[in-house]
Amino acid sequence: MTKSELILRLAERNPHLYQRDVERIVTTIFDEISKALARGDRVELRGFGAFSVKRRAPRIGRNPRTGAAVRVAEKYVPFFKTGKELRERLNVA
Amino acid sequence: MVGKTVTRAQLSEAVYQEVGLSRNESADLVESVLGEISDALVRGEGVKLSSFGSFAVRQKGQRIGRNPKTGQEVPILPRKVLVFRASHVLKDAINQSLTGSGSKSAGAAS
Repeated sequence: MTKSELILRLAERNPHLYQRDVERIVTTIFDEISKALARGDRVELRGFGAFSVKRRAPRIGRNPRTGAAVRVAEKYVPFFKTGKELRERLNVA
Repeated sequence: MVGKTVTRAQLSEAVYQEVGLSRNESADLVESVLGEISDALVRGEGVKLSSFGSFAVRQKGQRIGRNPKTGQEVPILPRKVLVFRASHVLKDAINQSLTGSGSKSAGAAS
């Protein structure tokens, strides 16, 4: 399912809404999650899952082809942990 | 990380501010969005949200685990797990904001 399919599906179930409003709703939600993560905040959606940001320390890496040492800067990576309810739903049936 | 935690309440509030539906309906729609995504994943369908990331369901085989406290071997049954891959847009936005550098190959940052 893509974002546009998600929007279509929601529009079908909510015939009283304009499709462009449904589009804005979906966009707003994921923008808001992205903005929170960019601030370093956590986003916890009980039953669905939690998004957080993890820091990766700077390190000396190696170019696997040449073996040359390269400095790899500190970075942050987004992380998602599946919520309990969704994890259980994935494993029924 | 010393961040705050964002929950459904803040997402609903953002939808309320942005779209102009009632607070109740905004909350319902946040729920519907998460519900539709969950339903698709439970059906085994992946979900791709451009410029955010994608969710996929992965099948894990059985393996032998160990109770770390007792050292006892226990079988871990085959199961399905959800994996999230963030898009580059999201990764770059996070790194731009938290390290002050943009792309993943930024060498001499900070």
